[in-house]
Amino acid sequence: MIELLSKPWHWSVAGAIIGLIVPILLLLGNRVFGISSNLRHICAACFPAGIDFFKYDWKKEAWNLFFVGGAFVGAVIASTVLRDPSGFQIADATRSDLSQLGVQDFSAMMPDDLFGIAHVLSLKGFIFLVLGGFLVGFGTRYGGGCTSGHAISGLSNLQWPSLVATISFMAGGFIMTHFGLPLIFKLF
Amino acid sequence: MQHIDQPALETNTDFEVRSLDAMCINDSKLVEPWTHNFKYLFVGFVFGVTLVKAEVISWFRIQEMFRLQSFHMYGVIGVAVLVGMVSVQLIKRFNIKTIYGEPVMFNKKPFYRGQIYGGLLFGFGWALTGACPGPLFLQVGAGFLAAGITLLSAIAGTWVYGYFRKYLV
Repeated sequence: MIELLSKPWHWSVAGAIIGLIVPILLLLGNRVFGISSNLRHICAACFPAGIDFFKYDWKKEAWNLFFVGGAFVGAVIASTVLRDPSGFQIADATRSDLSQLGVQDFSAMMPDDLFGIAHVLSLKGFIFLVLGGFLVGFGTRYGGGCTSGHAISGLSNLQWPSLVATISFMAGGFIMTHFGLPLIFKLF
Repeated sequence: MQHIDQPALETNTDFEVRSLDAMCINDSKLVEPWTHNFKYLFVGFVFGVTLVKAEVISWFRIQEMFRLQSFHMYGVIGVAVLVGMVSVQLIKRFNIKTIYGEPVMFNKKPFYRGQIYGGLLFGFGWALTGACPGPLFLQVGAGFLAAGITLLSAIAGTWVYGYFRKYLV
């Protein structure tokens, strides 16, 4: 069993499980699947600073913090007990494109030459960790949701504004990948 | 199990603010004992294992997606949307109730321009970090400790949005 679970999971299996989370959360207690709200709940719980946007009863949303806590434990188990010794997958074309940009480490799911602890205090760390993370946090809240809240929950309920948001963040990703990254890698 | 009599609209004085935020208004009128939250912990656990084992947390998988060089991520998201859509339709069609016997509530998401601007900014960050908000937490759990900075910075980004919200459309 452990051996089977340790192998990389097919996209259809992962997609089906993630899709089923939508009705499971609804049926367990009328909860809407959406992870980025947790960032807001953390702000409301830890640093509300009198800002209206963070003045609400975050404890009512504690279920979502439990959800993300469980997910965190899941990630720990998946990368230890269920670790796949054969490594991870990447398309040849992507590997060759990224090599040309200057990525050298292809040994794990996050390249060490961008996301290694050694780069935390460098310009690389500033761009990929600090700036990147800031954009994710600011952008998801400004946009009212992320991949789970808009693309999966929103589209499941046929909400066209979620389609607009999904198209927007996919467009943002394409722009950053094809126009931003080549410029950024010139800095190093 | 304790029922609250007022409708959700009245109990949420900040309904206007929260309604722009997709996730916050779907209040169950039931007050669950806090221990019931452990069921969400279990669902989250399955979610976390799935995202790591299907490499959704991989920076490389996200690059493949934005370079149109692999079907993997499109498969994951596409199947998830399809399964979610069919499930929601079934819940509506057969009026399936929650495990507490409440009707399932669905909320319309109003359109506002921030969905475009915010979406674009999130997309920039997604391509840089390889993380949407789920993987933000999970990259750390999977042992990529530097992603802890990404997570803290995302919390800061959300806070800054909250601070400047009144000036943003």
